[in-house]
Amino acid sequence: MKNDLLFDFNVDKAAKTVYITREFDAGLDLVWDAFTKAEILDQWAAPAPMRAKTKYMDFTVGGKRFYAMISPDGEERWALQKYTSITPKTNFKLYNAFADKDENPEPAGSEWDYNFSEENDITKVYITIYNESLERMERIMEGFRIGFAMTLKNLDELLAASKQN
Amino acid sequence: MKQDIFQAIADPTRRAILTLIAIQALTPNAMAEKFDMTRQAVSKHIKVLHECDLIRPEPSGREIYYHFNAKKMQEFDHWLAQFRESWKTQFNQLDKVLSTLKQQK
Repeated sequence: MKNDLLFDFNVDKAAKTVYITREFDAGLDLVWDAFTKAEILDQWAAPAPMRAKTKYMDFTVGGKRFYAMISPDGEERWALQKYTSITPKTNFKLYNAFADKDENPEPAGSEWDYNFSEENDITKVYITIYNESLERMERIMEGFRIGFAMTLKNLDELLAASKQN
Repeated sequence: MKQDIFQAIADPTRRAILTLIAIQALTPNAMAEKFDMTRQAVSKHIKVLHECDLIRPEPSGREIYYHFNAKKMQEFDHWLAQFRESWKTQFNQLDKVLSTLKQQK
């Protein structure tokens, strides 16, 4: 794996937009699949120790993905994504909203725009996230924090146990 | 955070108020003068900024001076940094997944 892959993360607070650019050491077809196929998304699209679980995904314009982020203690946070535009291997857009386990979305959501381009077997993905309200981002982060705290706790226990040996 | 900080700083006037009081604490009257706004309009902006803790009122005699709360801005930046870390973690996971998929081809 290459170590000099670009990762850019910028926030325009005034425009309420997050801009993310990342290069991947793989061809466009593979990277496109990794972002648009449930079975691959579920392998990476939640920061460990959280994990993602897609209940269903219909990657067509007007189609939806209903998925959960699951924390190590089994708490599920559901979200509903609706695909608003798809240009194969180039771009897709979706509207993301938190939901309850019965697929009822919350009124506020955010717009995500993914762009893909390939050069010399390196695929660049450029993402903009607009109008993700702070409160919603905080909830994502809260899950992340809880997960991280649990990891540290596990590590503490592991260290404590190994000390006794 | 009770108020959405994004919402608070999405407004150009509120950003200007923050920039101004970052240099020097001001009374609502002084703000109204500087921005050529009514006291009422200034009060609305102050309310939003105060609710998300970006400014702090400090009474001084009969006046209230508003100070910029730099710590809150730092907290917010720190929080965004965590958000960045979360993405970084996911993308590193994706690197591994892609590398596995490439080998399977």
